[in-house]
Amino acid sequence: MKVIKIDKTNWIQGIENLRDSYKLTGPVKGEKFYNFQELDNGEVPDLNYSNTRLSTKSIVFPQSEVMLNYTIDESKDDHHIMKEIDTDYAPRALIGLRPCDAKALTLVKLNFDTTDYKDPYWLKAYEATTFVGLACDDPLSTCFCTTAGSGPYNEEGLDLLLVDAGDHYLAKVITDKGATLLETAGWKIEAGDISIIETKKSDAEAKITSKIKTDKLKEKDTLEIHSAPFWEDVSFACLNCGTCTFVCPTCWCFDIQDEVHGNDGTRMRNWDSCMFPLFTLHTTGHNPRGEKIQRVRQRFMHKLKYFVDKYEKGIMCVGCGRCVSQCPVYIDIRSICEKMNSYELAV
Amino acid sequence: MINPYQPYAVRIDNIDIATEDKSLKTFRFVFLNKEDENKFAYEAGQFAELSIPGKGEIPIGIASSPVEKGFVTFTVNRAGLVTTHLHKMKVGDIMGIRGPLGNCYPWELLEGKNILIIGGGFAFTTLRSSIIYLLHPDNRSKFGNINVVYGARSPGMLLYKDQLAEWEKRDDINMHITVDGTDDPDWKYNVGFVPTIVEQKAPPGNTASYAIICGPPIMIKFTQPVLEKLGYEHDHIIMSLENRMKCGIGMCGRCNIGQELVCKDGPVFTLAQLNKTPKEY
Repeated sequence: MKVIKIDKTNWIQGIENLRDSYKLTGPVKGEKFYNFQELDNGEVPDLNYSNTRLSTKSIVFPQSEVMLNYTIDESKDDHHIMKEIDTDYAPRALIGLRPCDAKALTLVKLNFDTTDYKDPYWLKAYEATTFVGLACDDPLSTCFCTTAGSGPYNEEGLDLLLVDAGDHYLAKVITDKGATLLETAGWKIEAGDISIIETKKSDAEAKITSKIKTDKLKEKDTLEIHSAPFWEDVSFACLNCGTCTFVCPTCWCFDIQDEVHGNDGTRMRNWDSCMFPLFTLHTTGHNPRGEKIQRVRQRFMHKLKYFVDKYEKGIMCVGCGRCVSQCPVYIDIRSICEKMNSYELAV
Repeated sequence: MINPYQPYAVRIDNIDIATEDKSLKTFRFVFLNKEDENKFAYEAGQFAELSIPGKGEIPIGIASSPVEKGFVTFTVNRAGLVTTHLHKMKVGDIMGIRGPLGNCYPWELLEGKNILIIGGGFAFTTLRSSIIYLLHPDNRSKFGNINVVYGARSPGMLLYKDQLAEWEKRDDINMHITVDGTDDPDWKYNVGFVPTIVEQKAPPGNTASYAIICGPPIMIKFTQPVLEKLGYEHDHIIMSLENRMKCGIGMCGRCNIGQELVCKDGPVFTLAQLNKTPKEY
């Protein structure tokens, strides 16, 4: 596997070299939080962050996205006919995402890329993006990626992995897309001794002491866990604020809405959340998940049981810890996973 | 890449008031582009999103039958924002249809079998589609006996009255039409709730017979034990579910019952399948 050495003195120039060929997105420090945003001319990704408040899912799946447009002006020949909008899917590069967020996108892809249907918006954005990962050397106390199917140096979903080696980065080439980006940036010097990558990887993994157990989830009976008594306790404090679903890199649920200004209409999709009662409310007033306990249970059952059974690709969680650190009432997916994984029907 | 969110453009070709209280109308649509009709090849039991620009979409079972060509029909209850708007639309208006969506009744499995169709209220739309399909000269010989129990609150609330009368006259389908109650002295069919009529009129279940049931939850709740008593096994009881939907293609995440998505893995499930999922419908 090819590894390119990028001297930090060449970093900014390389980023500038990319601008003609890619729309760049990277971590930027806001007033209080780091977030991923488009990098204006002269702006460089700030790679000194631990984790961003929101995940990178919005890069391929914007919080609000126009899908179709139309006119309702009946004097026009094509009135009330819905058309695909012209979205720019020119190459983009996402610089400095964490391996957990990249892995999350591979899980979300299972939902949007199926044999029956392909979601063109999600897939075109995903395919247009080159994912440049940044290995994690200082995980947070809420990180549990190593037991959630990912890891601080995990390469799944990445085209390149950057490892910070002091005065330089080591860029591990994972795909051709990644190699092309390096060439475009003008970073060409092959690294000599790369043993530091393995050392740093082991060190980083050892720092992640928060762990979950998921080994028994698959064999559990769905209806037995669904009717387990602990859900009442688990959901008691929940405010149904939806923060967990919005910050989660693997939550993909969305709503579709029409909006009309004058005669010009759009059909758009917006992130939605299983935490909201409206999510499942029937027009009759009947609501299959009208109670808070049902909604909280749905979120965890989806991530830790339904997804596990359906795709056989592990849990729908990468251990980024965002829901843990941002939940206003300290609901912790790690303890719920433990309850589910160890649940035995009382005899 | 085919965009599954983009509806086919259609024109409203005809509107019929379907029930005496005018809460249901049957809309006949024709495709603006003829080739879209071929792309919209469907089977009885599937649904589609009726798509009104500026208002939104609503998932509705397809009431026309695959053997009826040149148009598609939907019978729609006026209930929410989109359906209320649809009820105000006129013949000639342009809108969209997205689909066909979901699975259908398992027609291959049903070949050579006796079929008991049970419907209640306005959940008779895909059952109409099914009956027309079954009675078509190309298809009728492929299936065994057909019994239909269909009930509504009153005679004026029965859908597709003309067709019901035609089917009554045929000898290759046994119709058991019923109403909850009526003061019409000329009413010549049954009076009584659907589960009662099923108990009295439906043939017993065996390995060569299937029941298809579609109706309001209360009807399903009381019909299920009757079917069990008649000897229908749970994997021979076929049901069609409804849940709130948006995308209709298994992506937006709201219509799931356990790991099954009502929009894509359903809406048709056997009772045996439903027994294994959380009752979140």
